[in-house]
Amino acid sequence: MRQVIEQLSVFLENQPGRLAHLCRTLGDAGVNMRALMVADTQEFGVVRIICDRPLTGKVVLEEAGFGVSVAGVFGVEVPDKPGGLADVLEALGTEGINVEYAYCFVEPGMTGAVDVLKVDDDRAREVLESAGYRVLRPSDLYEPDKGD
Amino acid sequence: MFQPESEAMPREDLEKLQLDRLNALLARVYDRVPLYRSKFAEVGLRPHVDSLANLAELPFTVKDDMRAHYPYGMFAVPRRDIVRVHASSGTTGQITVVGYTQADISNWADLMARTLACAGATPDDVVQVAYGYGLFTGGLGVHYGSERLGCLTIPISGGNTRRQVQVLSDFAVTVLACTPSYSLLVAETAEEMGIDPRSLPLRIGVFGAEPWSENMRAQIEEHLDVRAIDIYGLSEVLGPGVASECVQQDGLHVNEDHFLIEILDPKTLIPVPDGERGEVVFTTLTKEGIPVIRYRTRDISRIIPGECPCGRTFRRMERITGRTDDMLIIRGVNVFPSQIEQVLTGIPGVAPHYQVVLSKRGSMDTVEVHVEVAPDLAFDEVRELEELQRTVRSEIESALAVTIGVKLVEPRSIERSEGKARRVVDLRGEIEGA
Repeated sequence: MRQVIEQLSVFLENQPGRLAHLCRTLGDAGVNMRALMVADTQEFGVVRIICDRPLTGKVVLEEAGFGVSVAGVFGVEVPDKPGGLADVLEALGTEGINVEYAYCFVEPGMTGAVDVLKVDDDRAREVLESAGYRVLRPSDLYEPDKGD
Repeated sequence: MFQPESEAMPREDLEKLQLDRLNALLARVYDRVPLYRSKFAEVGLRPHVDSLANLAELPFTVKDDMRAHYPYGMFAVPRRDIVRVHASSGTTGQITVVGYTQADISNWADLMARTLACAGATPDDVVQVAYGYGLFTGGLGVHYGSERLGCLTIPISGGNTRRQVQVLSDFAVTVLACTPSYSLLVAETAEEMGIDPRSLPLRIGVFGAEPWSENMRAQIEEHLDVRAIDIYGLSEVLGPGVASECVQQDGLHVNEDHFLIEILDPKTLIPVPDGERGEVVFTTLTKEGIPVIRYRTRDISRIIPGECPCGRTFRRMERITGRTDDMLIIRGVNVFPSQIEQVLTGIPGVAPHYQVVLSKRGSMDTVEVHVEVAPDLAFDEVRELEELQRTVRSEIESALAVTIGVKLVEPRSIERSEGKARRVVDLRGEIEGA
């Protein structure tokens, strides 16, 4: 896990105020979010969060009664130009590597955007790096913590 | 087998014996119990049947009959022939009293000796009877059976769990008889006392007097390193000794030479075929003190079809899976909440916490089961959650034979309660009124 970005995945029922409660819980604990993405179905959603202190985030959310799991994802720095993300995905696609889901955010201080990829294939890092992309390490986004 | 000549009797002989005993019983209660005489008169029946199939025409006995004739009104022998009474605690009303003659006490001891032998006990065993002794049938029922089988019998009764553990250990007890939940407390107490319960000579647990699940059996067997055997009985019919599991642990053999079992559709009260669930009804064939005709237990079970490899010819009933009071009727199908729980304990990724939510879409009643996802589930991929939802749905549908919606809800979001969990939420009225 040390080489991948730790993303929090939270199971949420579709109910008014539930996402707000989740964000407030993180905020009160001083956890700062970098990115948040909601995958929803008719009845429930999975909220995926990149934050500065994932272990603390997991602990405080669980204390508040949320179901939380930690998923390892790749963060790739993508050039800020048309077709930038398409190039990244094509590099994986030609190697037969499937992307489960993806979303982007902008990290202050970086030249490009950060694309978050969930890939269940050990070759992904190697393929991306040999295609010339920078695969982020956890320390690029947050100081790994011990959940206080 | 304690009484192989009875327990392994050919079915044909057994059915003949049952019919003879039933007719003798009918004549006896008709003569001696005014309640039965008037019940028979109401439906215009003579106290005689030509075949066991005619049993279904006889009137029922219910708990309220016993309450109404408290304390001695349903005894079928003069009071001087009764040598013992027991009573069941009334959680809802008056207690009910049952009486036993010398012959009843002796038959009961035989049936409990069968039960213990069925569980694998022999005269070499040391039996700790941790059921309560007193008006409750559990303690004395097991006690007499244990002595009849020839076991060393320890009448410790219930309570004082540290002393229970001390005796288990010091007396090299091999069979523990108590309620299943109490056995777990015994295991935990042993651990607190620094005694590894798995290291004790204990090898068999004989558990009854409360409903329990396969899941609980697995826990008990793991913690105590015993074979956990389910036994069944109720004071209105006898006490423990009505039915018990053998070492196959696949259903409880009903002592059919002493009791007729029927399984009835709880709504229509018509007998269902073997294999289908319904309300369990017993007729006592040999009881003298207080025989009962078609006593409605309100317990839900079914007959497990087929023969048992143990050689007993008595049919097996499934462990009690619920009470008729908890039954739901969903699209005409009888559903017991405990069946849903059983399905959920077998699916990794969900917790056995659920609620059945009834609501209305237009004029249609809809039923949805809300199921908590397990707190340690990997929630990340929607695809996997949808897959889990489909699994739960199809497992519930195949177990219940009814189409039902399933909604996954957050861990710990279903209300927990101290006593009885609120398993059914009916929103139909609220929506109509809105």
